[in-house]
Amino acid sequence: MSHVTLPKDGAFHLPEEPHHPEGASTMLGFYIYLMSDCLIFAVLFATYAVLGGSYAAGPGPKELFELDLIAVNTAMLLFSSITYGFAMLAMQRHNSKQVIGWLLVTAVFGAAFLCIELYEFHHLIHIGAGPQRSAFLSAFFLLVGTHGLHVTFGMIWLFTLVFQVRKFGLTSAMQRRLGCLSLFWHFLDVIWIGVFTFVYLVRMV
Amino acid sequence: MSLTEFIFGRLTLEAIPYHEPILVATFAGVVVIGLALMAVMFRYRLWGPLWHNWIVSIDHKKIGIMYMILGLIMLMRGFADAIMMRIQQAIAFNGSEGYLNSHHYDQIFTAHGVIMIFFVAMPFVTGLMNFVMPLQIGARDVAFPFLNNFSFWMTVGGAVLTMLSLFIGEYAQTGWLAFPPLSGIGASPSTGVDYYIWGLQVAGVGTTLSGINLLVTIIKMRAPGMTMMKMPIFCWTALCTNILIIASFPVLTAVLVLLTLDRYIGTNFFTADLGGNPMMYVNLIWIWGHPEVYILILPLFGVFSEVTSTFSGKRLFGYTSMVYATIVITILSYLVWLHHFFTMGSGASVNSFFGITTMIISIPTGAKIFNWLFTMYKGRIRFEVPMYWVVAFMITFVIGGMTGVLLAVPPADFVLHNSLFLVAHFHNVIIGGVVFGVFAGINYWFPKAFGFRLNKFWGLVSFWGWVIGFWLAFTPVYVLGLMGVTRRLRVFDDPSLQIWFVIAGIGVATIAVGIFAFIIQIAVSIMQRDKLRDVTGDPWGGRTLEWATSSPPPSYNFAFTPVAYDVDAWHDMKQRNYQRPLNGYQPIHMPKSTEAGIILAALSTVCGFALVWYIWWLAALSFVAMAGYAIYHTFNRDRDYYITAEQVAETEAARTKLLATQV
Repeated sequence: MSHVTLPKDGAFHLPEEPHHPEGASTMLGFYIYLMSDCLIFAVLFATYAVLGGSYAAGPGPKELFELDLIAVNTAMLLFSSITYGFAMLAMQRHNSKQVIGWLLVTAVFGAAFLCIELYEFHHLIHIGAGPQRSAFLSAFFLLVGTHGLHVTFGMIWLFTLVFQVRKFGLTSAMQRRLGCLSLFWHFLDVIWIGVFTFVYLVRMV
Repeated sequence: MSLTEFIFGRLTLEAIPYHEPILVATFAGVVVIGLALMAVMFRYRLWGPLWHNWIVSIDHKKIGIMYMILGLIMLMRGFADAIMMRIQQAIAFNGSEGYLNSHHYDQIFTAHGVIMIFFVAMPFVTGLMNFVMPLQIGARDVAFPFLNNFSFWMTVGGAVLTMLSLFIGEYAQTGWLAFPPLSGIGASPSTGVDYYIWGLQVAGVGTTLSGINLLVTIIKMRAPGMTMMKMPIFCWTALCTNILIIASFPVLTAVLVLLTLDRYIGTNFFTADLGGNPMMYVNLIWIWGHPEVYILILPLFGVFSEVTSTFSGKRLFGYTSMVYATIVITILSYLVWLHHFFTMGSGASVNSFFGITTMIISIPTGAKIFNWLFTMYKGRIRFEVPMYWVVAFMITFVIGGMTGVLLAVPPADFVLHNSLFLVAHFHNVIIGGVVFGVFAGINYWFPKAFGFRLNKFWGLVSFWGWVIGFWLAFTPVYVLGLMGVTRRLRVFDDPSLQIWFVIAGIGVATIAVGIFAFIIQIAVSIMQRDKLRDVTGDPWGGRTLEWATSSPPPSYNFAFTPVAYDVDAWHDMKQRNYQRPLNGYQPIHMPKSTEAGIILAALSTVCGFALVWYIWWLAALSFVAMAGYAIYHTFNRDRDYYITAEQVAETEAARTKLLATQV
């Protein structure tokens, strides 16, 4: 470990035990987990790239996607990231009330995003463009749906943390958990930028 | 939908294979052995100790040992499959159908491959890394001890699901990678492929998390002074292996999800119609599959390095080049996946690219072989059992590598693709590399884990059984492959081939002697444990830090965190007359055991079983229970404790006394 100064006399033990604070590796571990999750998305993007043109004589993006709706949806998710950022700033000021407030605002934006997505899925299935219709639609539903499932999972996590912040206060363990969810939430934003660009925008022009 | 269908899904009494005498006999055997084990457990009141000391333990050493036991049990199953296939192929000539029908035979070759890779080789390498790596870097445990326990039980859960298919329903009849459209719902409507999918998904979660855990451990928890280039070579190979796990298992997870959706809700990823593309599955699964073979072999390269250096009494030759060779292999392993299906027809340029990258891998691998040879050169070699395995490995693996380079030539591959030549090649490298390495590792680190060495005589019987058996079993398979015999055949028309299959059958019987001798070796060693006792903690004259502590190590591993100045840190300490400190102990901060790991893994196994049989209510219930329990676990703040300085002093004083008996 670089921050430890080695004994000058070449002794084989330090005078004081090197301290490994609890949770010191959590952020690194979680970040690496996110990278592995990113690879799952990479496979789904690749699948979409390969199958995205296989309409099987069914509807294509131009007939199906409503860019206005998706723009609103994107805005919801991006706003939720900003508000999560405010929650983290409040956390640094040790203001647990504000943390909870901003988390709840984040949850509202997240819920709005999910509702719009569910509406879109419902609409597509209703007009006969469900995931079974063509390989293109299979790939579309899986990529967008996996992202949506992640957001859903993030929401459950978020409410758990709201509850725990109320119960335990902003302890260092709670700060670490909020930090992990923060990484997760922004990560989903980045993925959505990819989805918005490669699934919706590129196929529309 | 009737009520029984709601409750049991598609699970009916018909799913129990009571009309298959082989399976009924196996089931009877399992029940008898199981009952006998349970009786022993009750007789000696072992359930409590088993639960408290092992099942809920988050001690990396115990988890490592449990991984090895899992691998060993599953090796028996996978090897039973191998024997059955060899007998079938040796007798199914001249109009004989053999003794296995195709439905059964196809399940056996699938199960053999899946079990040997996922539930034998993977637990073995993960177990070795778990046990050895934290000791080698001078750590007290891994970075996330609870996660480690959870990962292990998820691996067990996957194994349980795979084994269940033997007695309830059936296993996949698709080959170990389950290529569509054969693995699609149309061609494989029954539960076989679903067992395959959920078994691997459950185990895959464990593997990925354990990869993250061990990687973070290596990055964050090395002893003071141990820079990356002073890390023991086994830790380097563990580092690269865990990077490979993290960067390839998500691909497997994703591709299996795609297959699941095709089977369960009728999407069209790999179907032949509505725009699906079956070759995409083959590409994706090999993007995982090729790194996977390096996940298996790299840690064993590390084992061979440690063993060679210790038993040659020399520093490892070319440490730096060894590190870079490992890294280069890690990177190249991602650039060769297409060589598994040159016959796809991707054209001369693409095939050339992948053929060349494949051949390039033999360069860093060859460098490693030379490093081991030069380590032995002018060394004072002690031929203990691990060293035998190293020498057998070098000979066997080099030949396997050469046939691999042959297969890397696309025109040659067009002839040899899907033939027994390929089967012989990959058994040559996996048995000659991974299995030999695991046995070298077990013989090498067993005294560290249990405090006594393994019996040398039976170790050598096991060694010769394996080595001679391997060559007897697979040389004929090479020959048959060159003659054009394809893999996975159940009956043969050409009687002139029979002799080769008979020889291969004799070979597998010889390997059985090797496996049996290994079990005897363990039994005999336990009986002779007082004679084989190692009180020094350093029975081989080791060079790395795991030999600096007692055998078996105390739960906290090291009373004082060691400081490393050299790659061979323990050798350096011995050279400079290191004196073990006898006082000044401090309390040690340790993580607490928890039953959360096994509960979560059990729930996900139930969930997997329910999904296999379309028991939707149970799947939903177990999933919700899993999520609920995981959230509940986050409320548990009682996760650590201190071993007091007095307890440390007591443990260390006992060791001092023991060392004093040794003059």
